[in-house]
Amino acid sequence: MSILVDRNTKIITQGITGKSGLFHSQQCRAYAQQHRPGEDVMVGGVTPGKGGTEVDGFPVFNSVIEAAEKTGANCSLIFVPPPFCADAIMEAADAGMRLIVAITEGVPVLDMAKVKRFLQDYPETRLIGPNCPGIITPEVAKIGIMPGYIHQPGTVGLISKSGTLTYEAAWQLGQIGLGQSTAVGIGGDPINGTDFIDLLEMFQNDPGTESILMIGEIGGDAEVQAAEYIRDNVTKPVAAFIAGQTAPPGKRMGHAGAIISGGSGTAEEKMSALRAVGVEVSESPADMAAAVQRAIANAK
Amino acid sequence: MKIHEYQAKKLFSEAGVAIPNGIVVKDPADAAKAFAELGTPVVVVKSQIHAGGRGKGRFKEHPEQAGVVLVKSPEDAVANAERMLGSTLVTIQTGDEGKQVNTLYIEQGLDIAKELYLAIIVDREVGKPMIIASTEGGMAIEEVAHEHPEKIVKEHFDPGIGLQPYQVRKLSNALGFNAVTQKSASVFLPRMCEFFVKNDCSMAEINPLIITGDGQLLALDAKVTFDDNALFRHKNFDELRDSSEEEPAETRAQAAGLSYVKLDGEIGCLVNGAGLAMSTMDIIKLHGGEPANFLDVGGGANVDQVTEAFRIILDDKNVKAILVNIFGGIMQCDTIVEALLVAYDNIGITVPLVVRLEGTNVDKAREMLKASGKQIITANNLSDAAQKVVATLA
Repeated sequence: MSILVDRNTKIITQGITGKSGLFHSQQCRAYAQQHRPGEDVMVGGVTPGKGGTEVDGFPVFNSVIEAAEKTGANCSLIFVPPPFCADAIMEAADAGMRLIVAITEGVPVLDMAKVKRFLQDYPETRLIGPNCPGIITPEVAKIGIMPGYIHQPGTVGLISKSGTLTYEAAWQLGQIGLGQSTAVGIGGDPINGTDFIDLLEMFQNDPGTESILMIGEIGGDAEVQAAEYIRDNVTKPVAAFIAGQTAPPGKRMGHAGAIISGGSGTAEEKMSALRAVGVEVSESPADMAAAVQRAIANAK
Repeated sequence: MKIHEYQAKKLFSEAGVAIPNGIVVKDPADAAKAFAELGTPVVVVKSQIHAGGRGKGRFKEHPEQAGVVLVKSPEDAVANAERMLGSTLVTIQTGDEGKQVNTLYIEQGLDIAKELYLAIIVDREVGKPMIIASTEGGMAIEEVAHEHPEKIVKEHFDPGIGLQPYQVRKLSNALGFNAVTQKSASVFLPRMCEFFVKNDCSMAEINPLIITGDGQLLALDAKVTFDDNALFRHKNFDELRDSSEEEPAETRAQAAGLSYVKLDGEIGCLVNGAGLAMSTMDIIKLHGGEPANFLDVGGGANVDQVTEAFRIILDDKNVKAILVNIFGGIMQCDTIVEALLVAYDNIGITVPLVVRLEGTNVDKAREMLKASGKQIITANNLSDAAQKVVATLA
């Protein structure tokens, strides 16, 4: 079992004629073909103005609604540049996409405020990202830019704000024989489509998930709110790591959302909030998988 | 992106947000003229640097001189300006090295009945802009939040709809405005919200916001930060950039498509990905070292970028060793090592270099490192890498 992505997910790429849009669509298709030969998972793409053409075997459409009608797609993977990303997300929602994964980095914060408001009219649509590596349900579907092979199938639900740190965690888990039910990158922007709490709920309810690893970072208080949610709602073992223990206040650390402002949003306050509700917090980024093991052992 | 008070006030004024009369002065002699032009018995001379705490700040060269002063004569204005311009102001936010003051903003004296606090930020959790206001003007809002949380009022507004009249009434009530001030607020507050949205601000703070003797709201201070992600639609902000306020290495990194933040330690870091870059700093500290920087080379690092990254790290004279931590995903480890070896030769790295690689094509990449015959220390995992790089300093 898994969350968000299953064997019925059919994916199109918005921005498929761009360099990274095409490259990653090819990678996602190769992953699907390797694990589900003969099934059509990556079904096409959208680039306004280039409809009717084809790129490396992917049919290209002018609009998401047209792509959905012709291919039966229910999920969109977005690579369009930042100035057009909000529009692309809203178009995908309006065309009935159930799952939208926005990889694009650099979307203006107020654009995302508008998108968030817009999506309230589409309660069936879930947005992941922007500024994220995407989602993978190992050996079922990869919708994003992560290297597929480091994610082994298994029972750990993985939620992360960061890309390469997710890879690091998946790799560490693989070293000790723990795979993932689904791994989700929620992105490092101040306003995103899906936060820790939404995914904690999904993983709690997913029979295929037995434990959860959440990877947060400095900035905002999503991890503190997640801690409260875990206290009241999550019975599965949870481990966590928070990046940025050494980050100075007032400085943006790469991600638009990774900033300690007015003394709040520090790693320390997040770690202690998580510890206080019984989450196994890893002090060291080298210790994330071991923390999951400890969380599982503690629960027994 | 941050701008100066005088620049923010000019933008306020263009947006119809009330500000005091003020004049920009870059030459001490002009201070006398400004005093005469403003025409009030008292004027305020304010240092223009991006950091806060200017009023309580003092100059390195003139320990008695405050960063913001009231003056009562043109001569006094000039004397103060002479001490301030070109000198280094140290405030609670500048660090010990301080900031050189190149510009003064001289403002009219005002009849102040009350000082308030007003800010607009983006509330990440709710996903909307939010007004934060308090009757405790002049104090840092963190302090108010800590000591008198009941004195802080918050109001979200929708960026597409703007602040509505009922919200102005709600805020006016909460802040105890009389009828005259509420009328002033009904113009001031919606215009501030419009300003915030139109310019893609990530923060706009007025501390203090004042009520004048005749009940009008006026922005006595102005601190504005723009959303870097939205600068593409505000080309005119380029001319507001003050490069003397930016860390030169950070500007240089930005130009090369790198994300760099300078810190005070001795171990330089070169990492792919922001989360992993922060974690690398953390693990250095856990093993007893101090990171010299945050550096994310991004997902598509090429030879030029890796070379520039090493140059930036090595330009920091505190750096005594470097840790390279790469998790190869789509960007393969051997591609990174290729770039690394070229950069190594280009620059001539003389400090110990520890490299930790994992991910796609890692075996090939490790072979390449070994075959290169260079003085590069390899590490098996994150902990091993941190231990080895810290050990080189012993």
